[in-house]
Amino acid sequence: MGSSETEYSERKERGRVWEVFRRLSKRVTALIGLVIVLLFLISALIAPLLAPHDPYEHSLAHKLAKPSWDYPLGRDELGRCILSRIIYGARISLLIGLIVISIGIFVGVPVGVVSAYYGGKVDFIVQRFVDTMLAFPGILLALLLIAMLGVGLHNVMIAVGISTIPIYARLARSSVLAIKSRQFVEAARSIGASHLRIILQHLIPNSLSPIIVQSTLHMATAILWAAGLGFLGLGVSPPTAEWGAMLNGGRLYIRVAYHVATFPGLMIFITVLGFNLLGDGLRDALDPRLKT
Amino acid sequence: MVNDILIEAKDLSVYFPVTKGIIRQRRIAEIKAVDAVSFFIRRGETLGLVGESGCGKTTLGRTLMQLIRPSSGEVFFEGENLCRLKEDELRPIRQRMQIIFQDPFDSLDPRMSAGEIVAEPLRVHQKIKGKRLREQVGELFKVVGLDPAMSGRYPHQFSGGQRQRLGIARAIAIRPKFIVCDEPISALDVSIQAQIINLLEDLQTEFNLTYLFIAHDLSVVRHISHRVAVMYLGKIVEIADRDALYRSAKHPYTIALLSAVPIPDPYVESTRERIILKGEPPSPMALPPGCNFHPRCPIGVEVCQREIPLLREVEENHWVACHLV
Repeated sequence: MGSSETEYSERKERGRVWEVFRRLSKRVTALIGLVIVLLFLISALIAPLLAPHDPYEHSLAHKLAKPSWDYPLGRDELGRCILSRIIYGARISLLIGLIVISIGIFVGVPVGVVSAYYGGKVDFIVQRFVDTMLAFPGILLALLLIAMLGVGLHNVMIAVGISTIPIYARLARSSVLAIKSRQFVEAARSIGASHLRIILQHLIPNSLSPIIVQSTLHMATAILWAAGLGFLGLGVSPPTAEWGAMLNGGRLYIRVAYHVATFPGLMIFITVLGFNLLGDGLRDALDPRLKT
Repeated sequence: MVNDILIEAKDLSVYFPVTKGIIRQRRIAEIKAVDAVSFFIRRGETLGLVGESGCGKTTLGRTLMQLIRPSSGEVFFEGENLCRLKEDELRPIRQRMQIIFQDPFDSLDPRMSAGEIVAEPLRVHQKIKGKRLREQVGELFKVVGLDPAMSGRYPHQFSGGQRQRLGIARAIAIRPKFIVCDEPISALDVSIQAQIINLLEDLQTEFNLTYLFIAHDLSVVRHISHRVAVMYLGKIVEIADRDALYRSAKHPYTIALLSAVPIPDPYVESTRERIILKGEPPSPMALPPGCNFHPRCPIGVEVCQREIPLLREVEENHWVACHLV
């Protein structure tokens, strides 16, 4: 009985993930988003296998060369393969996105959960602090932090990450407030479960859906911000392939060689679009009111 | 006789503040959900608690469990004053008292499997794991009439009656002595109600349980209770042995409630006299002076508007709070 029981529960657990995927795949836009995101993830993970050339190998003789069979997206101002640089650039974008969201979730969610669970004065003080952070435009906060911490990829990630914390804190708080008054939380209390157990076992798992959706959408924002900061020269240091920095490099030659700035720009556009479509689709697929 | 009492409430009151203002919250009124209520429940007994919606019966059940802390008064459980204990100190005592909730849809965590839900109290209190835990959970499933093979399912895959059985399994998992049944059947179909009532009765004999059975349905309470308490606007107005209460109710509110129970005989039903109370119960924020019931009372006299009637023993074990009895 024992092993068949756990097997059964695992099958059910997988069934729920499958169910979400099934609902997701019913929407064409969400599916397009999913495909774009998967392509992005694949190119980031196996960049060395996909890239036709070394992204750092330059050849001034061929600078700003037009797209050709050998170099499908052409070469940049230093004669480097733009396609390879875009593929490698996906790694930086993915890294930035993941770190930024991790900072946001791992700091913001506990703050929001504790704030909502304990309520009262704790909640009031924490939320006024969150209000103050939310009042800053995110990019301004990021710029401020970079000014304090210095230019560089790590600092960009930390800065953008910190500026997302209040959003996750507010989101987690509102989900927990809605769940806190449900009877199963009272049931857990009546059983004698500790605060920690109630938070970890009951509150957090039940408030995860909006956070998953938000983090997908945030992935897009983080990539955009990182590119924006890269464009301003506040992100990665020069030779590194990063979409924002590539855009900035190509900006000067836009009249003579459109492809240098256009393709990285398109990549940013498509990736951000992909994450947004997926996020929208997930929001609908995870909505418990749509459960059939 | 004294040792026979499992749980006792003394002058128990729960007032919820009504506040106004954002930063400095001013108290503008109080809702007297439970107002100076005293009663006891004997070991192995079922006390039925009836009253209309909003009269404070659910709050009273929660307060006995210390899920809501009372504003004043005391709850003695096996001689221990629960109101003096801190939340941490209450945790071990929660093994001995449990609650079954009204809404079987809201009281089970939708992200936990049925087996996990029933296992949770065992994990918390007895720290058992693995095979032994699974065996015990399987055993509990059988006791409440569920197939242990269903333990991997999630709450939304069960019917209302099955969910309520899960709630019961969770409540009896740690062998409590006292269970608050908070309208455990009012969310269920009539055909399922009888099954759950029978289950609760069987469990009572098997595990020597004591129940506080909250309901607004007098016929169900009559079936399951040994004694019955009637609540009106935060106060117990009458408390007596079941048969005494149904045979010779004294308080005009109880009499009116009993007259509303339909009789399954069309002839008797068409000739019997029904007392229809005038108006709505007053807001618990602005209670009338004197007896809470006087604005609706069919027999009220002048003294009822001035003096609050106290619960008096008018016959043996029959207590009534009315000036005219």
